Amino acid sequence: MKIVYTDALIVGGGLAGLRSAIAAKDKGLDTIVLSMVPVKRSHSAAAQGGMQASLGNSVMGEGDNEDVHFTDTVKGSDWGCDQDVARMFVTTAPKAIRQLAAWGVPWNRIGKGPREVIMNGKKETIVEKDETHGLINARDFGGTKKWRTCYTSDATGHTMLYAVANEALRRNVIIHDKKEAISIIHENGICGGVIVRDLITGELIAYVAKGTMIATGGYGRIYKQSTNAIICKGIGVAIALETGIVTLGNMEAVQFHPTPIVPSGILLTEGCRGDGGILRDKDGYRFMPDYEPEKKELASRDVVSRRMIEHIRKGKGVKSPYGDHLWLDISILGREHIEKNLHDVQDISMTFNGIDPADEGQKGWMPVLPMQHYSMGGIRTKSNGESTTMKGLFCAGEASCWDLHGFNRLGGNSVSEAVVAGMIVGEYFADYCVETHLRTNTFTIERFLEAQMNYLKEILSYDGGKNIFDIKDRMRTIMQDKVGVFRNGKDLEDAVYELEDLLKMVKEVTVTDKSLGNNPELNEVYRVTKMLKLALCVAKGALERTESRGAHFREDYTKRDDMNWLNRTIATWVNPNDTMPTLSYEEIDISKMEIPPAFRGYGRKGAIVLNPLSDRREREIAKIKETLGAVDRFTIQEALMDFDLPKEYKRKNERVGVGYD
Amino acid sequence: MINQNDQELQNEEGFREIEITVFKYNPQNKESKPEYQTYKLVETPGMTLYIALIKIWSTMDHHLSFDFVCRAGICGSCSMVVNGKPRLACKTRTSEFENGKITLLPLPTFKHIKDLSVDTGNWMNAMSVKVESWIHAKEETDISVVEKPIEPDVAQAVFDLDRCIECGICLAACSTKIMHDDFVGAVGLNRTARFAIDPHDERSDEEFYELIGDDNGVFGCMSLMGCEDHCPKDLPLQTKIAYMRRKMVKV
Repeated sequence: MKIVYTDALIVGGGLAGLRSAIAAKDKGLDTIVLSMVPVKRSHSAAAQGGMQASLGNSVMGEGDNEDVHFTDTVKGSDWGCDQDVARMFVTTAPKAIRQLAAWGVPWNRIGKGPREVIMNGKKETIVEKDETHGLINARDFGGTKKWRTCYTSDATGHTMLYAVANEALRRNVIIHDKKEAISIIHENGICGGVIVRDLITGELIAYVAKGTMIATGGYGRIYKQSTNAIICKGIGVAIALETGIVTLGNMEAVQFHPTPIVPSGILLTEGCRGDGGILRDKDGYRFMPDYEPEKKELASRDVVSRRMIEHIRKGKGVKSPYGDHLWLDISILGREHIEKNLHDVQDISMTFNGIDPADEGQKGWMPVLPMQHYSMGGIRTKSNGESTTMKGLFCAGEASCWDLHGFNRLGGNSVSEAVVAGMIVGEYFADYCVETHLRTNTFTIERFLEAQMNYLKEILSYDGGKNIFDIKDRMRTIMQDKVGVFRNGKDLEDAVYELEDLLKMVKEVTVTDKSLGNNPELNEVYRVTKMLKLALCVAKGALERTESRGAHFREDYTKRDDMNWLNRTIATWVNPNDTMPTLSYEEIDISKMEIPPAFRGYGRKGAIVLNPLSDRREREIAKIKETLGAVDRFTIQEALMDFDLPKEYKRKNERVGVGYD
Repeated sequence: MINQNDQELQNEEGFREIEITVFKYNPQNKESKPEYQTYKLVETPGMTLYIALIKIWSTMDHHLSFDFVCRAGICGSCSMVVNGKPRLACKTRTSEFENGKITLLPLPTFKHIKDLSVDTGNWMNAMSVKVESWIHAKEETDISVVEKPIEPDVAQAVFDLDRCIECGICLAACSTKIMHDDFVGAVGLNRTARFAIDPHDERSDEEFYELIGDDNGVFGCMSLMGCEDHCPKDLPLQTKIAYMRRKMVKV
């Protein structure tokens, strides 16, 4: 029996995991990061367009601050987010980006004087002030009031991940890659570590720690078409679910990005539209202004994706062997801009489609279609990042339902969340590890190890002749066809029924290679089983939620219903032999909100059932402001919704031209 | 081996059949012997080696091991030797090969795991530590105050070198690396060049010399430039190695 002991254990080596590891190491803790792949290959590297932080340096970001970023994030979430968490996030994001700059992320910088940009399809000139010369630049992104998305060309995630990974190496964080956590060790509701499978040798190892963090990213690969890397199977989230104790939040909240390229599904960043790119239909017509006169191509992702499908349904899609698609035109930005700021987009389009997007006219248009992109749902945590139901288990980044994004995440808020959560949750996690003693006894560890060994042997003994790859394909097709951008009761019922069937069917597979060692077919069986459980949480959650909110859209319940559904879906897997998750709901309290639910400012008008509590809270807020009189924005904010944050991160952020105001 | 569905597809659509030959070996298994296995499959439009290998794995050979992550040329996982040249498999289209015959070998110079899978992570981490691939600054930055201004062109120049994805192809294409296992390679030297031009980094030339001023560093390079010829990110490795060498010679 191989057991590795450490103070702080982090499962997942992307931005959130590595940044948390730094937080733990800085408190003197022995820290191990486990990763399925070399950490610099994590999916964080694929984030292209940028990171939101309200620096307000550029003339197009003037007047930006935490309050504006907060408002955009809350509206983007369709009021599904935890407003406390959103406040913690927006207050820390400027610090995160400045720390990353000091760690060498080569953020694009502002050059003073006039600069040509494309806005609303037309060339415009903006003039950057002298005093902002050399400060961090920002581009426009969907659903934001200001230009707030800081970037390094279209390889932002890559430069961030490398900086953070190297800082972790500098601090002697121990990295064990090619390791997959397949079960969580726990006793009396306290997490003791994880059981890990070595993906080189197949050996099982127990990693035992004072505190454990899951930072394994999203579960996009349960869909047939996804922009996600092929490792984004949600295994970390699934092993939490399998404890029967840990809860998952809002699993049905799945984001579809408007512009992955067809057919490979590789992402073309929102920066394409942020920088002025437009969407066109089969006639070359720019259709988005007809649907969204104000934000046009830059409404939030859920809205743009739906408008695109709506337009295709009107017969305006471009026919192709891979189904109908629309065009993304960035040729209007000019070759120089594309080769500098959308370099990878150009590379992807040329490599995989043979299209140079800098070519003028139709020749340069890229075929795009909305596809799965981001998992808003995940392990439900408190605002300090600890599971609401299991002590000592923390979660950060896309794997979590912390809940920064509610039912729709804004572009540019994902890598931002990953790093910021790594700082905040990492800090609370480290505090927990410092204060805790190892208490898991060897007998418990052995029991969990044995259970996994027996489970793997059981898989090898299955002999029903079915093929796990067929089951996986079927799952991904069901999710694609029935739990997609537009959802309805009948399809969702079918999906739940069929997915449950598939989960039962796993026991009828035959694994051809009977080795417990390096065996990619065996990996596939336990992974697909876990993915099916997540898929069921998504489909069942979507079926039960009879409203439309953010990315979750029901054709049979088209309104956002704040009377009945201003809540979080909570999923648990009570017994190991269950074939269906158990759902419950967590209320979201309007009376504590800083911004009570209202119209988002984009999307369909009049499609909301407002709760009268919104009005009441609105009046309450007006009264508080009136009583306070002429005070600064921080005093008002504190009076409306005070929030906790580690002291270092709660400090005010300085901005050019306005100081600390 | 050929798949039944493929046979039908080939007949109906008139797509050509291609042959992919893969090096198979599992060093963990004492009974395993190195061998080649050939798979025949129908080439669908736009097929990449990623699509082809996933197809082989899911329909013909469930035992086959390889490393893909992003499948978009961004993460650097899937480097392998394709008809004699080290390349990213995900960005390699099968239609490039006129005779439809493709031979795949694992990336050399890294520890072999199984079939086409190699261990790049541990080597790259060790290299990063060896060249101290992070910013060296004497003072701690106050993250609440406005950041230090950087000339836009300088930030862009740093970014251009920061684009390296540590895929290992430069090492597989390098004769020095084959002779000196500890050679940090173009990947390591490019990292130092990147920090040398970054205004955040306060290291002197002497300090860089301590890290790369020997045969395992900048003086090990024989200027054959296999690295630059094969770099999937088109990094200017030749000029950057020369830049570091000029700096180091002066120390």
